[in-house]
Amino acid sequence: MSLLAAPIEKPPLPSYLEAGHSVRSWLCTLDHKRIGLLYLFSITFFFAIAAVAAALMRIELLTPAGDVVASDTYNRLFTLHGVLMVWFFLIPSIPSVLGNFVIPLMIGARDVAFPRLNLVSWYLFIFGGAFTLYSIVGGGVDTGWTFYTPYSSTYSNSHVMAMAAGVFITGFSSIATGLNFIVTIHKLRAPGLTWFRLPLFIWSMYATSVIMVLATPVLAITLLLIGLERFFGVGIFDPKLGGDPLLFQHLFWFYSHPAVYIMILPGMGVVSETIAAFARKPIFGYHVVAFASLAIAGLGFLVWGHHMFVSSQSVYAGVVFSLLSFLVAVPSAVKVFSWTATLYRASISFETPLIYALGFMGLFTIGGLTGMILATLAVDVHVHDTYFVVAHFHYIMVGGMVLGYLGGLHYWWPKISGRMYHEWTARISALITFIGFNLTFFPQFVLGYMGMPRRYHAYPQEFQMLNVLSTAGASILAIGYILPLIYLTWSFFYGKKAGPNPWRNPGLEWQTASPAPEHNFETTPVVNGPPYDFEVLPEESV
Amino acid sequence: MNQSTTEIEETPYVDATQHREANHLGMWMFLATEILFFGGLFSCYSIYRWTYPAAFAQASNRLDFWIGTINTGVLLTSSLFMALADLAHHAKAVRLTRIHLSLTALLGAVFLGLKFYEYYQKYVEHLIPGPHFAFPDAPPQAQLFFFLYFAMTGLHAAHMIIGLCALGWLVRRTTKPAWTARHSDAVSIVGLYWHFVDCVWIFLYPLLYLAGR
Repeated sequence: MSLLAAPIEKPPLPSYLEAGHSVRSWLCTLDHKRIGLLYLFSITFFFAIAAVAAALMRIELLTPAGDVVASDTYNRLFTLHGVLMVWFFLIPSIPSVLGNFVIPLMIGARDVAFPRLNLVSWYLFIFGGAFTLYSIVGGGVDTGWTFYTPYSSTYSNSHVMAMAAGVFITGFSSIATGLNFIVTIHKLRAPGLTWFRLPLFIWSMYATSVIMVLATPVLAITLLLIGLERFFGVGIFDPKLGGDPLLFQHLFWFYSHPAVYIMILPGMGVVSETIAAFARKPIFGYHVVAFASLAIAGLGFLVWGHHMFVSSQSVYAGVVFSLLSFLVAVPSAVKVFSWTATLYRASISFETPLIYALGFMGLFTIGGLTGMILATLAVDVHVHDTYFVVAHFHYIMVGGMVLGYLGGLHYWWPKISGRMYHEWTARISALITFIGFNLTFFPQFVLGYMGMPRRYHAYPQEFQMLNVLSTAGASILAIGYILPLIYLTWSFFYGKKAGPNPWRNPGLEWQTASPAPEHNFETTPVVNGPPYDFEVLPEESV
Repeated sequence: MNQSTTEIEETPYVDATQHREANHLGMWMFLATEILFFGGLFSCYSIYRWTYPAAFAQASNRLDFWIGTINTGVLLTSSLFMALADLAHHAKAVRLTRIHLSLTALLGAVFLGLKFYEYYQKYVEHLIPGPHFAFPDAPPQAQLFFFLYFAMTGLHAAHMIIGLCALGWLVRRTTKPAWTARHSDAVSIVGLYWHFVDCVWIFLYPLLYLAGR
């Protein structure tokens, strides 16, 4: 993206961090960058709770006997882990933290289209989180994150309503964020910034926002129906009245499968940015990658039935859902090939964000290919509800999205904090995460294929070796999560000053001071070229 | 810094056109989410009506056809006044805008009044789903119909109440001197919402009231 040269000689504008120091200036801020940081702190908090739940589960699974926690507690742990990780960490992770922070900067806008709505979305998030925390403190929920009826309705014996209310409210936070991003990307682009000059991160955030806006309302109405069922004492998922519990699963997955793409498309966007940045080349097949994001968003709405292959769904429907699930792999694979082709014969520098991106490519590919195995009707009967499924979606969600999130956080950290983190510590930490992750989840593929079912706190003796490996991996993974928390916090206060453009990148977000000024740009930038145009960047602007 | 420059500083827009376009797109996106929100209920209704046509027809006949029909007329007329309010607003006729907005709100309130009277009737007749539900000679699926009836019309009524609040806010704004000073698109934005809620009813009326006819 080439820019009119704008040498900055005037005294720099105060950064968004210096714009006010009172608590009120943070909690009532309309600045998208501060709201991004509010989200950063909140999701880190929820991630920590959910990670503790995971740690307890891994400790329980160290030995075959169910000795550390009772089976009922174990049910509550995996529900808590799932609900918090999905709705309070993964879905808001890249969109609400990094998206909020960088979308207006990347498109040369002063803020998102509706700054007040943006702040409201954070409050809704916190309000929903409070309900969820209340349900945890009150004794937890044992339905699993999917709230399947009748566990959540007729036979519920835990705080389903409080947690469902929390998820319901948080859903509106993600609708508000998605709506805001769509309008921002449509209406607030800088002069000259046409659709095909947009960075690919914007394309993937656009596709993500479409899913957020169109899928989340269905989750909301589904949870509302559960609520009404509890309120009236009868409901439309109740077989006694002729209702169908499977209908709940259809409605739930109509949201939750597209939601899986809310949890991976933003990661893909980060990978596109970091690969271009550190291969110093435009992304190979830019248009195809851009449209692949939209194709994933579109096809993602048509594959929900593959969660119900063994739930008495019609076999013919199963065949169609299986075929469509294979189709959704095509645009995903296109992206991986494009990134690989971009790296081919590039002058690559292995900075931390790129290490995370490379990790993403490998792990996402494994996650995606095992997804194909699961989409195969006959094989799914064998591995359904086993650790194979658990390993598969963790390869997508942790191997994909969490690595994407950490990579993006490192990549934009100079813009967020104005400082550099310690490069070698960060590189080693990225490798620790990668190794820890694989050691945790690869054995679970084997366990699942051997037939170990998910969601049990005890298991036969022969599965112990692989479970010990998995728990060992989880403790390494924990180090990989704790290290960035420490060195990024340290660098926020004591790190080396980054300067406006530490990666020598032509992207608009790098053409303003670090940390960004309160209103982003001194003068509205004008764009007159394609994105990732590393040739135009004069060396002295570094 | 005086008031007007502060306002320019605080908005993310470069000009009024961009602001207006963003507002409209935002409302349309919101209505898209609303379609999916109601869509979940509509698909549940379709599935169960397809599965249990006789029970649904029998249950539907217990609804008050005339109240439903009159309410349809009331709501459509309120939408007419909403459209007239928008025209009056564009013609900068403040008093006329206020009158039309008030009539819209009045008819909306009449609709809700009739709706709640209907709910009361159903309560008296023990047709509210739950332990006290009593519908002799009807299959159990009739209760599904009434569950959906209350869920769908209840959600619609909740949207009507929000719409009434928005109309009240608009009417109050038309009395302020600042109203004429700058062209606001609030009337057309609220109008979009009001028409949407009206459209939902246009689907609810035949599905619920005419299913047995």
